[in-house]
Amino acid sequence: MKKHLLAYPYGLWIVIFTIIPLALIVFYSVFTTDAAGIHFTLEHFKRVFEPIYLSVFLRSMKIAAISTIVCLLLGYPMAMILAGKNLSKKSILVVLFVIPMWMNFLARTYAWMTLLEKNGLIAAALGFFGISVPSLLYTENAVILGMVYNFLPFMVLPIYSVLVKIDKAVLEAAEDLGAPPMTVFRRVIFPLSLPGVSSGVIMVFMPALTTFVISRLLGGAHFTLIGNLIEQQFLTTRDWGFGAALSVVLMLMIMFSMGIAMRYEKENEGGGLW
Amino acid sequence: MYEEIIRLVNVSKSFNEQQVLQDINLSISRNEFVTLLGPSGCGKTTTLRIIGGFEISDTGDVIFEGKKINNLPPYKRKLNTVFQRYALFTHMDVYENIAFGLKIKKMDSKDIDRKVKEVLKLVNLSGYETRDIDSLSGGQQQRIAIARALVNEPQVLLLDEPLGALDLKLRKDMQLELKKIQQSLGITFIYVTHDQEEALTMSDTIVVMNDGKIQQIGAPQDIYNEPVNAFVADFIGESNIIDGVMVKDYYVEFAEGGFECVDKGFQPNEKVDVVIRPEDIKLVPVDQGMIEGVVESVIFKGVHYEMLINARGLRWMVHSTMMEPVNTKVGMNVIPYDIHIMKKVIAE
Repeated sequence: MKKHLLAYPYGLWIVIFTIIPLALIVFYSVFTTDAAGIHFTLEHFKRVFEPIYLSVFLRSMKIAAISTIVCLLLGYPMAMILAGKNLSKKSILVVLFVIPMWMNFLARTYAWMTLLEKNGLIAAALGFFGISVPSLLYTENAVILGMVYNFLPFMVLPIYSVLVKIDKAVLEAAEDLGAPPMTVFRRVIFPLSLPGVSSGVIMVFMPALTTFVISRLLGGAHFTLIGNLIEQQFLTTRDWGFGAALSVVLMLMIMFSMGIAMRYEKENEGGGLW
Repeated sequence: MYEEIIRLVNVSKSFNEQQVLQDINLSISRNEFVTLLGPSGCGKTTTLRIIGGFEISDTGDVIFEGKKINNLPPYKRKLNTVFQRYALFTHMDVYENIAFGLKIKKMDSKDIDRKVKEVLKLVNLSGYETRDIDSLSGGQQQRIAIARALVNEPQVLLLDEPLGALDLKLRKDMQLELKKIQQSLGITFIYVTHDQEEALTMSDTIVVMNDGKIQQIGAPQDIYNEPVNAFVADFIGESNIIDGVMVKDYYVEFAEGGFECVDKGFQPNEKVDVVIRPEDIKLVPVDQGMIEGVVESVIFKGVHYEMLINARGLRWMVHSTMMEPVNTKVGMNVIPYDIHIMKKVIAE
């Protein structure tokens, strides 16, 4: 029995769903068709670096970075609380935390639209107390809120799974050696949880950089991130070559940022998600 | 010279309504090597953790150099711990592990360098400063754990079964080394183990515990030779424990016979446990023995043979350097001094 035969379905899967689409994207990004037929061009990539598009890249990076940082600041303490509770309460908390994820992503985001809109629940509640607020929906902050809300679990879970694996005796040892609680956190807990943090950062930063649904729904029609730009090229303006070039650049950016994050991840110590 | 450093007064503790420690009273002096000895679940580790500050006792006091430290957190206590599975910081190298406590005390970096070097020499690991923890063997990790605690020059070192994970040979070496370190540094060691041989080898004082209570406190020789009850006798070394009746002072009946002994002060005809160590029974020709029996089994144990001898409806364990073949009839003799009489522990 040849064992490598068993790997063929997997290989086929990779070819159909990864290699062919990737090759097509790269192909569209560097070839163009005109009267003379198909020929090689770098025009699409030149356009990517026009100021108007660069500013979209920058804004996407900025919003993704802010969302990731907010997720980290919220997610880390949350993961610590989850990891600290005793077992019976812990599983309830984890379930409570995961339940919103079972709901459809779009439904969750639409829900925020009704909460944030002009006469929505939040504006009404604040109005009741005599506080009038400027428009909440269709702002940058609304987009960041949507990203944090949707991607927070991807930050919490990898950090949580690393934190629960830390041997309690190691923390006791640090305390025994004279470290007050804050020092134990700074010198032992946090460094030991870095693999989880880097997993979480990647898991949040990547979708935050590429999403086009959240920015469309909560940022409005004129709020453009890279995701929206790429979507437009393929679905609206039908400029597949430019869309493909944008995708290739985005992919390179993600590979670059993952490369940085991976340096913190020692083998087998990741958040169990990679 | 006896100068007290730690005292436990009526310390009790329960987890989930299960009592794990009951009225522990213990006084530990400076430079003493004290071993808490007992089977698993006897409360020895909990006692150590209460001294270390990782558990708070429900009632009773922990007194350190005359001051109550009941609620003092571990990082404010002047003692250090060597943990069961070492609990080293895997994200730091050997040097950083050892320097951890000193850096927290904001010690000058030159002094830290010097102290780390010294303590590494003490545990025979000079030159290992930059090694990763994961690259060390169990024995080496163990030494680093000891060095990490000792470098802080604690007045008391707590050790929670530190040699449990090592193989026999390494364990024996480390026992002697630990004892040597303790004597040369003049620190109080409080050592938890379930290994009675380890306790006998290293300790100045052994505290035998069972079911959350202290059974006996004493020097190794005293505990071995004069166990206060059948539990201690059985736990420290092997014992034959036989039901007996103390007819009068210096005279006990057991195994269908009457024997002279050296104990007194029991009620007339009080029921007692008679404890005889296997090595205290001498095998003699049948006609010279106090009790006659038949050899049932023989096991070679290295230094001696362990034989089970069937006599008067009882099974006697005998240790002897001379082997008697199975099914031989033998006589057994015990001198009165080696017949230990113990009050029956009344089951609660």
